[in-house]
Amino acid sequence: METTLCIDQYTPHKSASSGAAVASPKPERTLSYVDAVREATDQEMDRDASVILFGLDVDDPKAIQGTTRGLVEKYGPERVFGTPLSEDAMTGVAIGAALAGLRPIHVHIRMDFLMLSMNQLVNVAAKSSYMYGGKVKVPLVVRSMIGKSWGQGAQHSQGLYSFFMHVPGLKVVAPTTPYDAKGCLIAAIRDDNPVMYVEHRILHFQKGPVPEKLYTVNPGKARITSPGDDVTLVGISYMQLECLRAQRYLDDVGVSAEVIDPIWLAPLDIDTIVESVRKTGRLVVVDNGWTSCGASAEIVAQVTERLQGVRDVRVQRLGFAPVTCPTSPPLEAEFYPDSRRIAAVCNDLVHGKSQNWYPDERPELKDLEFKGPF
Amino acid sequence: MVIPKCAARPDCTREHGLELLYQMIRIRRFEEKCAELYSRGKIRGFLHLYIGEEGVAVGALAALDEDDAIVATYREHGQALVRGIPAGEIMAEMYGKANGCSRGRGGSMHLFDARRRFFGGNAIVGGGLPMAVGLALADKLQKRERATVCIFGDGAVAEGAFHESLNLAALWKLPVLFLCENNLYAMGTAIERHQSQTDIAQKGANYGIPAEAVDGMDVLAVEQVSRLALDGVRSGAGPFLLEARTYRFRAHSMYDAELYRSKDEVEQWKRRDPIAFLTARLREAHQLSDGELAALESRVAAEIDEAVAVAEGGPWEPLADLTKDVYTPQSTVGAGITQATRASRNAVSQPQVTP
Ligand SMILES: Cc1ncc(C[n+]2csc(CCOP(=O)(O)OP(=O)(O)O)c2C)c(N)n1
Ligand SMILES: [Mg+2]
Repeated sequence: METTLCIDQYTPHKSASSGAAVASPKPERTLSYVDAVREATDQEMDRDASVILFGLDVDDPKAIQGTTRGLVEKYGPERVFGTPLSEDAMTGVAIGAALAGLRPIHVHIRMDFLMLSMNQLVNVAAKSSYMYGGKVKVPLVVRSMIGKSWGQGAQHSQGLYSFFMHVPGLKVVAPTTPYDAKGCLIAAIRDDNPVMYVEHRILHFQKGPVPEKLYTVNPGKARITSPGDDVTLVGISYMQLECLRAQRYLDDVGVSAEVIDPIWLAPLDIDTIVESVRKTGRLVVVDNGWTSCGASAEIVAQVTERLQGVRDVRVQRLGFAPVTCPTSPPLEAEFYPDSRRIAAVCNDLVHGKSQNWYPDERPELKDLEFKGPF
Repeated sequence: MVIPKCAARPDCTREHGLELLYQMIRIRRFEEKCAELYSRGKIRGFLHLYIGEEGVAVGALAALDEDDAIVATYREHGQALVRGIPAGEIMAEMYGKANGCSRGRGGSMHLFDARRRFFGGNAIVGGGLPMAVGLALADKLQKRERATVCIFGDGAVAEGAFHESLNLAALWKLPVLFLCENNLYAMGTAIERHQSQTDIAQKGANYGIPAEAVDGMDVLAVEQVSRLALDGVRSGAGPFLLEARTYRFRAHSMYDAELYRSKDEVEQWKRRDPIAFLTARLREAHQLSDGELAALESRVAAEIDEAVAVAEGGPWEPLADLTKDVYTPQSTVGAGITQATRASRNAVSQPQVTP
């Protein structure tokens, strides 16, 4: 895929000092998001024989966009295997295996298909530790992918991670860079709890520095991806990229946005976001999902609770239009927030709507449209 | 007057044989055009071609009455065409145009036409099975003698919904024809790798459901068994499980490297092309001349040209309509409920559903 579409998330784009909660990695080797996921899995399977990997077509030559490439050859079909279309039962199987001491990674090619696993995840995986008096653990990783654009449509495009954020006992992570993809996956595999590991098909094409060594990006830590002073811009999952692009547009009108990637949605590092908003007084949260009862609602609510009476805060959320994702190209384009819309909303918060500013498209900041073929 | 019999099967007329051939060619050419339009970027997203499997849809749907229902999958262009959804509306849906059968919002995986009792179009594997049971339940409660044909792939048989649906339909003797399009693969997973019992028809026995396997490359055989099966289904005998053994000639969706199967295997199956098979049999019996075949092809070509024109000329849905139809506008309470439906509705709450 075109590299121009990748935004370098590591080079601070201005010289401002960063209060980042997680240190930004030093550039060394460059890897794609896909290869980062693959390497994390490989290294953890190598380190720990209890890690197993399964899901529909993980052993297919396509290897889940390459994220499982070579693993069945290396670890054998007992530890890496494809499954029938049995998402519900296989989730229960994963829980059973985890209870018996294995560390399963269960892969789904679309997040939409997780709806078939909901009962096992919510009623069993999430609850076992608490409900059984802290005597058992379910170290399970559920990988799933969000699809976007090019008419993927109603049932192959949903970002439903907030469903899981709602339930105590589940951890949720949505890494956006190759560096975090690797570090979060290793952290997830080592975690003694069920972790929902959320990928995005467009992020798969991102490239960035990834150390060869094993490292973790731990639960509950956000990252300030680019510092700024006027508005705090939180971008979740793929929307992190759009926020970084929006920041470039905002430069043109002299608005300095501080972009934050929460990375982990549960547990959520609200402190980093609160500190930023304490400084800027303005918060825009852009979600790769619907706003109603979503991750953006949670973040805004928590920040408001923390800062009420302390700081006047102006807030705005952006997310999917409150409809089912249509395949019609113009409607689909309208359905998703993009960098220009995000920039305009930020500018409205800073300068007021009366300015009515909407940036002209800059080709180098054009949204990536994921073209099949599927 | 002596009506000439179809050479391929004595109990059907020559005219009917030609009709079946025509329907299969329609699907084939329509999808070939879709593939071309896809590579030109006119159609985007998923596109699951049915090429190679046409005999199943054409045979089974030929056995249906107009008011029978169809529940399909994302590989449903062929069924939609045979059902009578105009090719232009289907093509426009592929383009995402507002004159598509789902207003361009659903795309190729969500073709739908309630008026023609074509209930989709579903991108969740196994998602249609319980819905078919529900349609049949409503028919039974409302004392309508019609059937629902529920189409799904071999991959769906691994889902819990398959087993739950078969049990429910058998338990309540509901009029469902479960039609498995066994093309031996669920995406890249061969049937031996997803089924402990690869003979899918065998699975009916567990639920007390009569079942049959049929050569899906032989449209006449598919039609014949479907008719027999539907006779039983409509007479109140309960559901039937029909496994059609078939093969998709193309990739799972528009593109995959097809490393999960050998070229040789694909070639073997292509030799059993359902269209070539029927053509040859009609030809052998001198029931299909070159001229007739050419005429048939040009009829199809004209229909497809027109479908493309309909799609090309269709409007995009205006942005102002983005939030339209999230909810169905509320109809007036109590409207349209007859005494009979009210009585049968009460029956739903009882554990025993008896006609
Ligand atoms: C619940 C669910 N899981 C996974 C998928 C991804 N997927 C789409 S089609 C398909 C294969 C289904 O195979 P089969 O039922 O045999 O139908 P075929 O494509 O062969 O017609 C899979 C796994 C899906 N759409 N829904
Ligand atoms: Mg199949």
